[in-house]
Amino acid sequence: MSKTVVQTPISDTDIENLSIGDIIYLNGYLVTARDEVHHRFLKQNRELPVDLVGGAIFHAGPIVRKSEGTPSRYEVVSIGPTTSMRMEAYEKEFIRRTGIKLIVGKGGMGSQTAEGCRIYKAIHTVFPGGCAVLAATCVEEVESVEWLDLGMPEAMWVLRVKEFGPLIVSIDTKGNNLFEKNRLAIEARKDVVVEEICRHVNYFG
Amino acid sequence: MDKAQARITFIDTIARFTAYTSKHLPDDVRTKLKELGDQEDSEMAKIIYTAMFDDLTMADALSRPVCQDTGIIQYFVQVGTHFPLIDEIEDCLREAVKKATALAPLRPNAVEVFDEKNTGNNVGVRIPWIEWELMPNRDDVQIYCYLAGGGSSLPGAAKVLMPLEGYEGVVKFVFDQISSYGVNACPPLLVGIGIAGSVEVAAKLSKKALLRPLGSHNSNPRGAELEARIEKGLNELHIGPGGFSGKNSVMGVHIEQAARHPATIAVGLSTGCWAHRRSLIRIDASMRYEIISHRGATI
Repeated sequence: MSKTVVQTPISDTDIENLSIGDIIYLNGYLVTARDEVHHRFLKQNRELPVDLVGGAIFHAGPIVRKSEGTPSRYEVVSIGPTTSMRMEAYEKEFIRRTGIKLIVGKGGMGSQTAEGCRIYKAIHTVFPGGCAVLAATCVEEVESVEWLDLGMPEAMWVLRVKEFGPLIVSIDTKGNNLFEKNRLAIEARKDVVVEEICRHVNYFG
Repeated sequence: MDKAQARITFIDTIARFTAYTSKHLPDDVRTKLKELGDQEDSEMAKIIYTAMFDDLTMADALSRPVCQDTGIIQYFVQVGTHFPLIDEIEDCLREAVKKATALAPLRPNAVEVFDEKNTGNNVGVRIPWIEWELMPNRDDVQIYCYLAGGGSSLPGAAKVLMPLEGYEGVVKFVFDQISSYGVNACPPLLVGIGIAGSVEVAAKLSKKALLRPLGSHNSNPRGAELEARIEKGLNELHIGPGGFSGKNSVMGVHIEQAARHPATIAVGLSTGCWAHRRSLIRIDASMRYEIISHRGATI
């Protein structure tokens, strides 16, 4: 099976045939943007220092160090995804205002983001959580860093990546939501399981 | 060894031990992940487990933290009352954290409350967090280091139930939290549950439960049975690795308890992610160390 590789800048046609559960890889630019970037851009109305039209953002707070020998350059040590759901309240607006086409994160996002993905043609994908060295080895270079005053985890790190993945599509451009489907399945199983356990826990004399 | 030299050795050992913890999972966790991974037959679950083990291999080969989120550092200290550095441990641990942050490197995570500034070195007000236990008539120290990422702390919760809600209330509380938040916390999870009379005791015990080795059981036969039932039940939710569905949901369920008040049943919940970076070191009075959690490890 050949790898599906998406290249930035990403167009609608690059992603509109992808469905939840598909696995893709990313070439080009990936920019970290998590809680504080969303907050500064959308709540404090500051202009974003990076043009994200057709771009990809990564919900991630990396460990970065100065490159040995060339201290003006940075090197990513470990960079796994962070919990995407924290950005749920802002993400639809973030997609609309920036023109991003691809979000990389961890775990699911909610109905507002799914709606944003449907209306503005974007996808949310998941990189396996915790696999931060694996991800770091897909980063070719740290091109620049913006808003470093937010601290290492919250700054915008502009990364050039090669076959960054696996990225599992969790929300597609139709607004389908893999984790919401899984969540409903988990909820449906829960009551039966709890009821069975509760039959055995009457420890009162 | 004079005291000044002992102090330098102690700080250096804890710094290297903390850095090591970020890069290597303990033996019991590795074994359990292998066991759970082998049970999966769906393509998606296999892809996630393959990514996890590739990551562990690369972290080892490149000497880098397994996960970028190296947590707010916590130490659980069991100190012999005759340990030569007993008066200086807290200060030494703070120094060790600064050293480990530069050495590993760890991600600077300590953000001062109200000031909302990252301190840059993982040391801050009351951080590293230290829990103390005294070991009478001994001259050694045992220290657990626990690096929990933010994601695995998000499902954490504690609540005081009315006694008539019974242990059923405890079970429902755990399942509601895990089914709502577990998916995002990097499963398979280790689930720690504390049961006590008030909320802070239950919460603290739920965290201590995560320090127990996988495969260990609650000291009370009913407690051990309830651990097994909740573990089986959570696995039947089929959360799977990374929340992508699969045969299992958890690496284990550990319950710790303290006698409760007749009018309350407090329950606390803490979760550990698959990258459960918990380690245990023993250091004797002459500063010789042994890493108990990672057999044969040298730092």
